Amino acid sequence: MRHYLDFEGPLRELEREYEELQRFAPRDDPKVLARVEKLQRRIAKVREEIYSQLTPWQKTQLSRHIDRPHTLDYIDLVFEDFIELHGDRGFMDDPAMVGGLARLDGEVVVVVGHQKGRDMREMGYRNFGMSHPEGYRKALRIMELGARFKKPIITMIDTPGAYPGVGAEERGQAEAIARNLREMASFPVPIVVVVIGEGGSGGALAIGVGDRMLMMENAIYSVISPEGCAAIVWRDGTKGPLAAEALKLTASDILKLGVIDEIIPEPLGGAHCDYQGTMTKFKEAVSRHLGELRGVPEEKLLLERYNRFRQMGAFMEE
Amino acid sequence: MVWFKKKEVTSEERKAVDALWSKCNVCNEIIYKKELERNLNVCPKCSYHFPISAQKRLAIVVDEGSFSEVDRGLTPVDPISFRDIKRYSERLEEAQKKTGLNDAFIAGKGEIHGCPAIIGVFDFGFLGGSLGSVVGEKIARMVERAMGERVGVIIFTSSGGARMQEGIFSLMQMAKTSAALSLLRREKLPYISVLTDPTTGGVTASFGMLGDIIMAEPRALICFAGPRVIKETIKTDLPPGFQRAEHLLQHGMIDLIVERRKLKETLGRLLDLFSH
Ligand SMILES: [Zn+2]
Repeated sequence: MRHYLDFEGPLRELEREYEELQRFAPRDDPKVLARVEKLQRRIAKVREEIYSQLTPWQKTQLSRHIDRPHTLDYIDLVFEDFIELHGDRGFMDDPAMVGGLARLDGEVVVVVGHQKGRDMREMGYRNFGMSHPEGYRKALRIMELGARFKKPIITMIDTPGAYPGVGAEERGQAEAIARNLREMASFPVPIVVVVIGEGGSGGALAIGVGDRMLMMENAIYSVISPEGCAAIVWRDGTKGPLAAEALKLTASDILKLGVIDEIIPEPLGGAHCDYQGTMTKFKEAVSRHLGELRGVPEEKLLLERYNRFRQMGAFMEE
Repeated sequence: MVWFKKKEVTSEERKAVDALWSKCNVCNEIIYKKELERNLNVCPKCSYHFPISAQKRLAIVVDEGSFSEVDRGLTPVDPISFRDIKRYSERLEEAQKKTGLNDAFIAGKGEIHGCPAIIGVFDFGFLGGSLGSVVGEKIARMVERAMGERVGVIIFTSSGGARMQEGIFSLMQMAKTSAALSLLRREKLPYISVLTDPTTGGVTASFGMLGDIIMAEPRALICFAGPRVIKETIKTDLPPGFQRAEHLLQHGMIDLIVERRKLKETLGRLLDLFSH
């Protein structure tokens, strides 16, 4: 069954009615056929109305949609020959982060990404996509393979943030993230980063330093979650919609600010409405960017990556 | 307790009391301000090291007269027209008026016991020492300057983390500063990170934890996620001393804890050891 978000209410009613007609009404009845056609037109119109003008908060909701494709879905549908690698070689395997070797159109690549769950059991197992330090260290270990064996790296960001827990802090959450930022800046292979869902602060950035940065149309990328921001400035976590507005966290905002290169379009209604359509666009964009980076000399690649981040920010100089 | 409430404390009176006395964040001791200042803003009872202004930090650590500030003209802007109950631009103006600084960070060149270094200091009094574009730019330039002059870098942190009013740009300062430090590392120049109370969030999770040597002041709160957020998440009490410098030392996250009055000497010795 499809999960509807609050702002999709009008659509839910129409689609339910449509489904019931399809299932139970006699198909050869011209009156029913007319009703079906009318409903279809109405549904199309309502969809257009709802999805063509999504607010930042609605996009935030879509970016977290439970049916949204997650990293392993992309790996499954876009890549071939994936072998998942586990563990940070220090303390544990963190299921909130996945990664391994795979092929993209025949070329061997390294993929890593945050992994969320789809049902309550898996969400718990994946810790809602919130990594412990071991997740970032696993990601680093796998990416380092790419750096050493000269395989391009593709990362997928989809996390509410790094996990705020006692063990996570004691084992160096901050150190793990910081190290990734520094090391990713110096890996001598192309790195393409895609924010596929939720790009939540430092825990997102920890696999987010690359030569190309892309965002899915309904993904968000933010220094703090809207709820966290609202709790700080309004002392009220339910003011998330206001904070989402203020933070400029949608793909189109982030593109305007020059932080990403491109937005990968999603089907109307969001990536979960058409997996195959989403995957085709994702694959086209990632392959094109990898193609452009292929053959760029190491020194140039690293210099351009440095300059990309070096120029980020806004200030005046008197 | 009618007698207690009989006379309302006016804000003027409160100000007068605050001007003379400080309360320790850790042991709650009420300390006479003049005495606290004489003691380098260290609690005489529990040796908690109070946050101090960037200027004061420089006065304690750098050889007298040797510091010259750079990039003083870097001034913050409001890149995403951020507004909560107040505009970011208003908050900036207030902070600038209050501290006399353009932003939360002073960078420059100075000497410690005669050893030259590029030195940067956070000022927690400016919007909680938050990491925005100006701070990130100053740190990147510090690193580039250090490579040009072949000297080491020292950063004293004291920060609530990323400056959310600058949106995604504040997050990207973590990547920017860490990328710069990757170059310093390649050039084999030392970077000493001195974590002071409090150092949290995006500052810890970038240059804070990237020091070749990481020092901390006693009792300093050092963390990624703050204690309040963790408590709300796990819904149990936190272990005693959690996320304090001593706790991090025990867990292998920092090299050494140095008292404020020994800081200059220790930094001088380290710079000297690295320069030979
Ligand atoms: Zn005390």
